[in-house]
Amino acid sequence: MMDDLDRAIVNALQDGFPICDQPYAEAAAMLGTTEMELIQRLSRLLGDGVLTRFGPLYNAERFGGAVTLAAMKVPAKEFESVAAVVNAFPEVAHNYARDHAFNMWFVVATERPERVQEVLREIGQETGCCVYDMPKIDEYFIGLRLKV
Amino acid sequence: MELNIEDNDYRLIGAIQRGLPLVPRPYAEIGTRIGMSENEVMGRLEGLMACGVIKRLGIIVRHHELGYRANAMVVWDVPDHEADAIGPCMAGFEHVTLCYRRPRRPRWPYNLFCMIHGRDRNEVLAHVDALARRCGLEWSSRDVLFSRRRFKQRGALYVEAASS
Repeated sequence: MMDDLDRAIVNALQDGFPICDQPYAEAAAMLGTTEMELIQRLSRLLGDGVLTRFGPLYNAERFGGAVTLAAMKVPAKEFESVAAVVNAFPEVAHNYARDHAFNMWFVVATERPERVQEVLREIGQETGCCVYDMPKIDEYFIGLRLKV
Repeated sequence: MELNIEDNDYRLIGAIQRGLPLVPRPYAEIGTRIGMSENEVMGRLEGLMACGVIKRLGIIVRHHELGYRANAMVVWDVPDHEADAIGPCMAGFEHVTLCYRRPRRPRWPYNLFCMIHGRDRNEVLAHVDALARRCGLEWSSRDVLFSRRRFKQRGALYVEAASS
């Protein structure tokens, strides 16, 4: 269970983390706690799986990498085996089953831009499914973060 | 602003892509791993943020574990020439966590995608209605794709393991 300090940490640190010699001490001071307490709580929140990660959120395209969203219509009987094939690609960052004829949606992120199309082609070949590539054309900036 | 990305940056990106070390001087610790000083690490990080390679530094949450049990990708068919006005309107709505314009595909008429989280499906649907009213999309064709299962959720690793 999260207490008030956990929630304050999650709310505050979604917006950023200081870049200075002792960033945990600086963030802790803003939150009214201690450096050690903050480090321990972050460690616990990561261990419990409340946080995916504590670190950078990259914009892959800005340093030569590439990312796309892809969708497939997977026959129900084959769903598990297709999911296993897709998830085995290290370039697949996340994958969701969704209630729709397009029932599998995954994000492919690669260091070399040309690798994105290779991965989509390989997934199509290995699964026998048609892969619909839906790359972003524009991203609209989200100001607010999730409040907990 | 463009930044020339140097080998040093790739080593830095590789060293922190799984997360910052949970020690009092994390930037010094990263520097020790990749042969940079604490000051160099901080300077390069600031550069990577200023030019947008790093969108932000901090906590990346798992919505599900925070009590947001329902999430839907909500997709809309809006006139292409209006997308750049409607997108920011959607992005400004409290419960939208991502908003993108994407191409239409055969049998896929939707060009605006947003992610909406809620405690349950009814809450998400109420947010979708509120969003449609707010952005004048009551009559636009749309679809709500609830997630049934999450197989994988991690930050993508951009730099191969050898360099991290």
